[in-house]
Amino acid sequence: MIDAKDVFEAFARHRGDAIVTTSGTVGRHWQDVSDNESRDVSLGSSMGQTTSAAFGLALGLPEEKVVLFDSEGALLMNLGVLASVAGKAPRNFYHFLLDNECYATTGGQPVPNGTGINYAGVAENIGYASAHHFDNLEDLVNNLEAIMGSSGPVFVSIKIKPEVENLPVGMRKRTRRRGRAETIDALQAELGIS
Amino acid sequence: MVEQQAAVLSPETLIDEFKKNGVTHIITIPDSETNYLYELMLKQDWLDVVPVSREGEGPSTALGLNVAGKTPVVLVQNTGMLESGDSIRGMALDAGFPLVMVVGYRGWTRRGKTPDTAAVYTEPFLHAMGLNYYFVERNSDAPRISEAFSEAQETRRPVVVLIGDEYHGWNR
Repeated sequence: MIDAKDVFEAFARHRGDAIVTTSGTVGRHWQDVSDNESRDVSLGSSMGQTTSAAFGLALGLPEEKVVLFDSEGALLMNLGVLASVAGKAPRNFYHFLLDNECYATTGGQPVPNGTGINYAGVAENIGYASAHHFDNLEDLVNNLEAIMGSSGPVFVSIKIKPEVENLPVGMRKRTRRRGRAETIDALQAELGIS
Repeated sequence: MVEQQAAVLSPETLIDEFKKNGVTHIITIPDSETNYLYELMLKQDWLDVVPVSREGEGPSTALGLNVAGKTPVVLVQNTGMLESGDSIRGMALDAGFPLVMVVGYRGWTRRGKTPDTAAVYTEPFLHAMGLNYYFVERNSDAPRISEAFSEAQETRRPVVVLIGDEYHGWNR
């Protein structure tokens, strides 16, 4: 298993101008790594639906690479989206799944069949252009350039270490520095969309 | 003898309204009453049909398209709208973008009570979510569709067009 922050640091070297969005609390690490804030966008507010929003963004911006860092708990709530993505097959969509096998933000309870799901296998068989699975950092680092240079939709499943939170929600430190509307406004300004 | 509806809402009317209002994408799951509309949408070179796997994907996929500067419409049946509750909340109502949802009113009847709970809960659901809606039954109601687009633009909220099509006028 890999630290999520190491995943983001490895990815950042191959990001280029890609638009990046994240799902789940582990995505908070991306804001500490990103060097292009105006192309980081927050889309989520309903669990499981960030995947669909990122898919819609990729469809609407076919000339831009759109990268989603998804979480397995969210994806399981909306697994059919994999077929929706495969059906339209956006060549600019890069779907990374950070799989910690549990609901880390609610205390670490396992997701259903958490250790037994081959997400990359699901994505490949449902029709993604390619699918990959990594559980060690070195393999991920060695393949990221080729992955980001390939044509989508690409699925990349990565086993990460859980960062379990047990504090009551009201006592947790807020880590997101920008709200959804602010990130969308900044992205639209960057892209010249009014 | 089966009573015939005097005038129906034709699929062509929907297509005309979509074109007039600059729609670029239709996010949809087909249902038995919209089959001909579905086929007609596929023939429009200015319109991109986005089939999804469950209706809750509609508002969220639409959000991504809206951020990209496109004009999506979500086309689902009322059963699917009920399924989409949290997505409507988090990805449409909270997001601050205009969105027209065209919703087939399965079970609707002009003759009073319906045995179909999909219809029974449709309007209470819309009221509970604070969603304004326009009822459309025949071609002469088409201006209400444009009104829904205008309202969505002005309020930057989702607005619903309820299609009361008792005799399957969308099909052929």
